Formats: sequence, structure tokens, C-alpha cells
Amino acid sequence: MESKYTKKFSALLLGLLFSLPVFALDGDAERGQANSAICMACHQADGNGMNIPGGESWPRLAGMNADYIYKQLKEFKNGTRVNASMMPFATMLDDQQKKDLAVYYSQLPAGEGAHGGADAELLAYGEKLATAGDWDRYIVPCSTCHGPGNQGAGEHFPGIAGQHAGYIESQLVAWQKGERDNDPQHLMLAIAERMNDYDIKAVAAWLSTQPAQ
Amino acid sequence: MKIKITALLASLVLAISFSASALAKQELRFPINLPEAKEGQVVHVPPTMADLEDADLHPELKRTIRRGYDLFMNTQQLRGKNVFNDMTCKSCHMGEGRLPFAAPVWRAVIAMPNFRGKNQHVNNLEERIAGCFAFSMNGKPPAYGSDDMIALTAYHQWLAKGLPTFERKNFYGRGYPIEDAPKAPSYKRGEKLYADNCAICHSDDGSGMRVDGKAHFPAVWGDLSYNWGAGISRLHTLAGFVRNNMPLGQPLTMSVQESWDLAEYIDSQERPHDPRFTGDLKETRAKYLDTFHKHTYYGSWIQLASATACNSSNNTSFGVFIPSVFLGRLFKRCIMNSKCSSSKCLKHEPLGQY
Repeated sequence: MESKYTKKFSALLLGLLFSLPVFALDGDAERGQANSAICMACHQADGNGMNIPGGESWPRLAGMNADYIYKQLKEFKNGTRVNASMMPFATMLDDQQKKDLAVYYSQLPAGEGAHGGADAELLAYGEKLATAGDWDRYIVPCSTCHGPGNQGAGEHFPGIAGQHAGYIESQLVAWQKGERDNDPQHLMLAIAERMNDYDIKAVAAWLSTQPAQ
Repeated sequence: MKIKITALLASLVLAISFSASALAKQELRFPINLPEAKEGQVVHVPPTMADLEDADLHPELKRTIRRGYDLFMNTQQLRGKNVFNDMTCKSCHMGEGRLPFAAPVWRAVIAMPNFRGKNQHVNNLEERIAGCFAFSMNGKPPAYGSDDMIALTAYHQWLAKGLPTFERKNFYGRGYPIEDAPKAPSYKRGEKLYADNCAICHSDDGSGMRVDGKAHFPAVWGDLSYNWGAGISRLHTLAGFVRNNMPLGQPLTMSVQESWDLAEYIDSQERPHDPRFTGDLKETRAKYLDTFHKHTYYGSWIQLASATACNSSNNTSFGVFIPSVFLGRLFKRCIMNSKCSSSKCLKHEPLGQY
């Protein structure tokens, strides 16, 4: 009888443990911070990255889901996600360092996203596409997966609100060209390849103006 | 000479296959290949909300239709009042209720009023929508004639703009069409398919995904899902939904067999009671067998490899409401005490006159 309750109790504890999303990844923010120097050149000291119109924008990591960051780092290393800038750094980091960095950045406060200039018409169209989609072309609204306010839903659907427009654009184009392929079940790829250049510019610009948290 | 021709043919075949593969690379990896309309089928393209702004309608009516659209898209705003699970109208009627093969809702507008086999009497559009609240949203429908009900029916009717009523035409894209399963649906195969294709959004335990304590991806079984009276608790409805709509953005990628296997797995799981529950599970199944439950596992003790469930949830956490149409417009809540053994209501608790 006693052991039955003990079992139940430990199951409960275990359940609690797994239901805490922030600490789901076994990483240490302090150790992550200590190792973050190599990331700062691009992702900046505050983890908020930088929008670089016409260049390779550096994504904001601050406030992103830790499991998502960790998965991307692993995949930069093993080649599932191909990126020339990230590959050498991801290769340098061991598994624990990846976890530490992921947890560190996930806990930093998210700053604001930027875009390289967008008029009201583009932003209005971006908002419509991101929140209502265009079902006649089977482009589902971003928020259907990326969560309320596009602020993220779990480890597989990252927050995209408040992300830099240049980065969002480059990723959608990468999916279209087959250069990015690491989304689970190609849920993003299927949508990205139906979008035209104007769609992409518009959603990227609008999302960058939205609060990340 | 013979060799030459063979070589030529071979190189030709090679060239064709090469150019075909080069072409394939530029093609979409996830094309939307919805079937073409068959001869004699009527294609209805419902108007959009943008069209509404230009329409020659009274401003108050436009306001009501916009309210209906908002309720349709964000039905969780009625949580605790009319909705008692994590479902919304658009969970099943995707693309704003306009999408073909996702049970576009304009069909109900022109099909109603009509006799419905499910409840054996003539229903109007309000009662049809009430069914969605009572079953699919495990809730308590907005009152007939209430502001919310009128807004919802107005939005439905807007989508049916231009269609003739009382004409039972063969409409393109209605419902969730699917062929019969090539072989008997398999719970085991469904379980594996679910883990590989559905769990990322709907969770291993079917509870969907909540973000900041609110519904995000719908629960497909369990307390937060549709109840045993919902149309989609029938295997063919869920199979057709999956085939035409899931995974999101990738319609028709699950095969007919896979869709049936998934339906077999998902609709074998526990979910809230059929609100028509009489107090006895077997009796309820029998009572609605021909009109409904011959397509569900409600109240049937099926042997499942991974479940000991008897398919009779004792979920009363949010209240199990018996819609007025079955109880003379008196809502009642069934209070139960046990999961499988007796499945008797301890008492019926009135929830007020509707």
C-alpha cells in the first residue's frame, strides 16, 4: 500500500518536473553566459541580434524557446540545417555548451524587431496574411502554429513576433529554395513555398513590429 | 545499327527523365491538388469579409456579420459560457468556414430547415449551430434568438450569398469526403501514425497544446476535446477530416488507409459523454445506434492493446449539458460517480430554463 502511494507521489513529482517548460532543457544560464562571447559579435551582447537590410540579418535569440535554440545549434553542427555563418560556431560547441547557451538566451528579455522600411500598405497586408492567412492559396495564418500573437508555441513553433524582418525573410526564402529543410514534418516549408516575394516582405515587416513577449 | 538505336533510345529516356527531375525540383514539394469539380457539381465560392465591406447591406447587419465572424474565429471568447472545451468553430470548419473539403458552413444554410436523422426532427440553422456547441464544443449553446446566435447565423448566411435554398444540388467540396478504407482500419497503425504525424501539435496524450493556459492546438481526445455526440466522433467523419485537412497545410498527404487508421486510433480514446446520455451507457448507445453510434465506439467495450477504457468518460468537470432539443428546452447536468461500472447518473441538475 505504502509503496503504491510512493510510486504515485514520484510519478506526480516527475510529472511536475516535465511540466515546467523553462527548465525542460538541462542547461545552465550562468555557464551559457560565460561562453556567450563567441555569439555576441553577431547576436549582440543583449542577444537581440540586428536587422541588416540587404545583408545577412542576425536573428534575435533573447527570449526564444531554449529547446528550439538547442535544436537549431545541434542541426547547424550535423548539417540538417545548413548555414555557413553558424556551422563553425556550432561545431566548436559541445552538447552541454549548446544547452547552456540555449537556456541563457531564452532567459534574456526580448528587445524589439526591426525592418528596413515598410509603408502602411505593406504592413496592413502583412498583418492580414499573418493573422488571417490566405486560404484561397492555402496559406494558413502564421498564428495558427506560432501561437497567440505569434509569440511562440512550445519547442517546435518559435516566436516570430518581434523578430527582425531581414531574418524572417531570409528563412522563408531559404525554405522556398530548398536551403532550409529542418522544420518538423515540413509544416513551414509547405506554406513558405506558396508565398510570393510580396507576401514574404509583408509578413516579415509586420511581424518585426509586433511585441515578442 | 540495332545497338545504335538502343543507345539512342536509352539516352533519350535518360534525357527525358533528367529533364523531368530537373523540372520536379522547381515544382512545389507540397502542392495543393484539390480534386476538380465533377460534371454536374456546383462550385460555390463564398464571399470574404473584405467583400462584406463593399456589399450593399445595412451597416447594422454588417456589424452583426462581423461579430459572427469574430465568434466563429475566436469561439474561445465564449469559454465557460457556451464553450467548455478547447475547440472552436474553425477547428473543424477551417479557413473561416469557407474552405472546400473542410465542411464549409454555407452548406448548412441552404440545407436548413431540414429533417435531420441525428435528432429525428426538422432543424433550423440555429439548432444546427446549437448542435456544434452541445457536441463539438461540449458546451451550452447560445440561446435561440440571442445576439450571439443571430450573429453566428448571420455570418453563416453571408457565406451562402447567392445560393438557392431548398435545392439539393451536388455541391463541390461539401463535408469531408473519403472513400472506404481499402482494409480494416487498425488501431495499432493509427497509434504509430499519430505519433509520427499528429503528436507534435496535438500531444501524445491527445490533449492538444495550450499556450499560457489557453487553447492553441485543439485537443483530439480527453476532457478538453469534442464529446461522444460530436459528428467527428464518428470514424468516417474524422477519417475524412484528416484526409482532406491534416497535417495542417498538407491536405491529401495522408492516404485513405492512413486517414482511417488515424480515425480508428483517435476516436477509440476517452472523451466527454454524449450529452444525450440517458443515465445508462448501453441504453444510450442503443437508443442512438442507428442514427449515430453505429459509427462510434461510445459505450462499446472494445479490446484495445493500450487501453482498458470502456469509452464512457465520467468527465463532468465542465458540466455535461443535455441540449434543450432533447429535454424540452431544459438544460440538465448529469452528475456521475463512477467511470465504467454503473454509468448511472446520481442525479440530474437543472441548469435553468432556456
